[in-house]
Amino acid sequence: MSALLSVAGVSKRFRGLLAVGNVSLDVMERDIFAIIGPNGAGKTTLFNTICGVFRPDGGTIAFAGERIDGHPPDEVCRLGIGRTFQLVRPFPGLSVLDNVIIGALLHHRSVEDARARAEEVLRRLDLFNQRHQRAASLTLPDRKRLEVARALATQPRLLLLDEVMAGLRPTEVDRMVAIMTELNRTSGLTIVLIEHVMRAVMALATRVLVLHHGAVIAQGAPAEVVRDPQVIKSYLGAEEL
Amino acid sequence: MTRQVDALQAKPAPLGRSRFLSTLNLANIPRRGLILLAVLLALLIAAPAFTSDYLLSILILILYFAYTGQAWNVMMGFAGQLSLGHALYVGIGAYMTAALFIHFGTPPWIGLLVSVPIAMAAGAVIGFLAFRFRVAGTYFAILTIAFAEFARIGFDHWDWVGASSGLFLPVATYTQNDLWHLRGRPIMFYYLILAMTVLAFLLCRWLLGSRLGYFWQAVREDEDAARAVGIATFRTKMAAVVISAGLTSFAGMFYAFYYNNLFGEQVFSIGRSIEIILGPLIGGVGTLFGPVLGAFLLTGLAETLTEILGLIGVDLPGAKQVFYGFCLLLVVMVMPEGVWPWVARKLGLETRQ
Repeated sequence: MSALLSVAGVSKRFRGLLAVGNVSLDVMERDIFAIIGPNGAGKTTLFNTICGVFRPDGGTIAFAGERIDGHPPDEVCRLGIGRTFQLVRPFPGLSVLDNVIIGALLHHRSVEDARARAEEVLRRLDLFNQRHQRAASLTLPDRKRLEVARALATQPRLLLLDEVMAGLRPTEVDRMVAIMTELNRTSGLTIVLIEHVMRAVMALATRVLVLHHGAVIAQGAPAEVVRDPQVIKSYLGAEEL
Repeated sequence: MTRQVDALQAKPAPLGRSRFLSTLNLANIPRRGLILLAVLLALLIAAPAFTSDYLLSILILILYFAYTGQAWNVMMGFAGQLSLGHALYVGIGAYMTAALFIHFGTPPWIGLLVSVPIAMAAGAVIGFLAFRFRVAGTYFAILTIAFAEFARIGFDHWDWVGASSGLFLPVATYTQNDLWHLRGRPIMFYYLILAMTVLAFLLCRWLLGSRLGYFWQAVREDEDAARAVGIATFRTKMAAVVISAGLTSFAGMFYAFYYNNLFGEQVFSIGRSIEIILGPLIGGVGTLFGPVLGAFLLTGLAETLTEILGLIGVDLPGAKQVFYGFCLLLVVMVMPEGVWPWVARKLGLETRQ
């Protein structure tokens, strides 16, 4: 089986700083692939390079067999990659429903169809009752789920989640984990997530990649990776698992 | 789950009438909103029967600003692109239809076939330069001013349109109204601008609820997030500028044939651009009623002020401008979202949006 997302030797530097150096990874269809690593490791830069926000300085990125490096973000999304932002960015002045309708309009020409799709997604993410609230008035956990809902409404094959668990209470993390697991199981959605909350990583991920100073230091099944001495030294430290 | 979704959507009403209503989406407006709207429209339609010529000219001015404010609102209120040079599109519309009429006797409605595309092309050029080279925010606004200024100086030196000595439409004392050539009495112009304002309102309402309207709002709220959900932001913003420019140039035709004289120095001046945006700013940017309410408040109050000053024999040049400034200041400080959202809340007319 060939990879759905294939990153090969990608580098990205900002002036003198090498944010991502020669990173390669393959995400298989239906994987839940976690990228972990300390702050400043280059996780979000790697993410933004995949999404088309940055053009890589070297290497290639392919999605479903098609080169996407250097494509603008809207085109990458149209090809089937949905994303969330680390610092949530819902459309603040619009209602929750309108936020998700906008996502759904990518593949629906009629606003009514998009509305039906959006309502379905909102139910899935437990946001249906808040659908008429302004996005800006939601609590952080709700805004995080709204980001996921809006991305999902674009009907992606691959969902990129940038720290959707950060700032959530353990019960909310479990709820998000349950939603992700369900999406992955029932819709066959492939997920790549950047995450610091190890509780979520261990519960969700089928594969884990550890990034440190822009380079891959370990990759593999979650249970193996967390026992890797280098990973413990550079990232996990004394954190209890 | 499907059943629940169905229950939430509007009940299917009988065909015919309902199909028309559903295109206008009237179902979303509260009943008393509809009644208010109907009363307002009826008053406006009946107005010429019991107003003086002077009052009629004020109403024309109000509706003119309501129309242009609505057109400007498409760009700024819907898509978040600030234009401070909308006099450019009014001017193009005015000059082109007037010049064609004077030189070739072209009826203004035919002239529109030339003037509107030219205005849209001008909007497209500005939009292309700005959005292609990522000129945004304040710099974009400055670019729109620059183009209006180019036009001001250009038209002031262009002999075919009368250069600095002005362009004049032939005027006679009209006993009959010739709608096709737009020669007639003020009452004809009143109903014309009223019809234009109503149509612009309906068009904007439809646009705002359309797929494009949603994309505009997404771009307005957060352009990066809009791109992340697959919106081609360049095209989306271009559409806003071009549609807004086309709509605005339509008002130019009205302006030329109502006032019968055009001076580039005045028509394209930045003051004119500012006048256009004051209504929506005060009424509420991005709302449908904001530009209309703003025009009524601002022009209505300013003319009342002038009238009162005249009655008590005080001659204060620039009093109107100072008054505009004062209103703007007050609104920005007290209700930065504009007057309409506040009025809507008071009247219990808040739509679900």
